[in-house]
Amino acid sequence: MAMSQIKPALVAVPGSDIAVSTRNITKFYGYVEALRDLSLEFPRGQLTSLLGPSGCGKTTLLKIIGGLLEPTSGEVEVNGQTVTGPGPDRAFVFQDFALLPWASVMRNVAFGLEMRGVGRSEREDIAARYIKEVGLAGFEKAYPHQLSGGMRQRVGLARALSVDAQVLLMDEPFSAVDEQTRRKFQEDLLSLVQNENKTFIFVTHSIEEAVYVSDQIAILLPRPSRVSEIIRPSNFREKGVDNIRRDPEYLDIVDQIWSSLRSYVE
Amino acid sequence: MRQVAPVSIAGAPPGAPTAGKRSIAPSRSLVLKILSAAILFGAWEIAGRIPVSYAFPTFVESMAALFRLAADGTLWTAYAETLQPLVVGVTISALLGIAIGLWVGLSEFFDWLFSPIFIVMQAAPLAALIPLLVLAYGIGLTSKVLVVCIMAMPVIVLNTASAVRNTPESMKEMARAYLATDLTILLKIIIPAASPVIFAGLRLGISAGFIGAILAELKITPTGVGDIITFSRSIADYPTMYAAIFSIILLAVLFLNLLEWIEAVLFKGNQRGYVSD
Repeated sequence: MAMSQIKPALVAVPGSDIAVSTRNITKFYGYVEALRDLSLEFPRGQLTSLLGPSGCGKTTLLKIIGGLLEPTSGEVEVNGQTVTGPGPDRAFVFQDFALLPWASVMRNVAFGLEMRGVGRSEREDIAARYIKEVGLAGFEKAYPHQLSGGMRQRVGLARALSVDAQVLLMDEPFSAVDEQTRRKFQEDLLSLVQNENKTFIFVTHSIEEAVYVSDQIAILLPRPSRVSEIIRPSNFREKGVDNIRRDPEYLDIVDQIWSSLRSYVE
Repeated sequence: MRQVAPVSIAGAPPGAPTAGKRSIAPSRSLVLKILSAAILFGAWEIAGRIPVSYAFPTFVESMAALFRLAADGTLWTAYAETLQPLVVGVTISALLGIAIGLWVGLSEFFDWLFSPIFIVMQAAPLAALIPLLVLAYGIGLTSKVLVVCIMAMPVIVLNTASAVRNTPESMKEMARAYLATDLTILLKIIIPAASPVIFAGLRLGISAGFIGAILAELKITPTGVGDIITFSRSIADYPTMYAAIFSIILLAVLFLNLLEWIEAVLFKGNQRGYVSD
């Protein structure tokens, strides 16, 4: 099999430095242990997926990295700085979009900049640029309820891109959009990873999606959550978006992940 | 919450279908309003002509009495009197009610401290409490303002509090992720998200305030519009009595429409539905 497979965590990734690392994260909800002693490293400029069955704590881990939740013990470092809360170095894309229904697309996209104290005309210039980049030019004055689910998530994506954070945290961003839109999103995400020099952390429960978009896949197993393996697909990335899904390595990895997850799905 | 609707990336440009709908909406709703008023007044006129009771005047008689009251200035002096407790009471109830409501909604401690008071206030039979108020605060403006507040405030407080408590968690989380401070979250997320329910509470509270103002004038001292009602009833001048009652209802309806307009101007996006519905 033409892939490098590294067994549990904390192995230096060759040829790239680390943008985000989590160290011995443990998280309790009351008496329930959601994460146990979880250590992971996220290489700069790459997309790492957190993949696992539902209830495996992948969203919890993402929120801890985002500073929205506090770990019970352990710490998160972003660019060598310990995370104590949300910061300008990270931007979030939410599963349910989390748009403000009373605000236009323009105001929604500019929200992050507004919170950072960027003046109105400047933030609208920046927002307009990203609205165009995600393909929503002409919809600046529309309200979220006038948009389809896919378009709403493009607004969420533009909001995250416009604050120009180095790390993009995406919480199952495509799970609430339909299949065709999702495929288009996945292709767009690949070119985004390539063109923007950002680190992407991507939570998903779809094996195909994870293998399709990721440079590195961390497989999480539930109750309590821990990293069971890290997979780095290596060969099919350069073959072009149209060929990935029939590449033998792609198919092998999908199969292999399913066989290791199968027993955890009731 | 979750969106499963089939969607396409290239949707119709926004506003195209909705704008068309919106442009006919006001005229149609105006026609409907006039129609329902006509039906109501027609039924009133017929009921008055049968008559259902000798104490029930026709619509035309009542309107004639209303114009008489307006022409000789009685109506205006009466309202100068009635509006005092009404305006003071409603203003206090709205401002203080929303402030307390926000507080109660944000803090479990204040919820524990204040909610029971307002639930009791809302449930209490006010007419029975009025003698107590008179005993404590006399028959002046203070008592009347209190009656208006007791009527208006509970629903404003309770609605505001529950609206604040029901702010979608994901929106607050989003704001935090994008570095909003607690104050900004309150001003830019919680209050706009709660505004439809806050305004619903204001509408209910202010209509209750109108009832309170008239109740105060009937039960404490007959002044203003309450005096017209009491006096014309005592001399069996029913058209005048109904004219006074009609005028206060008209005023309440006009005021509620004004409130609706204010809401539309302040929070226009909110009338366009929720994303996460």
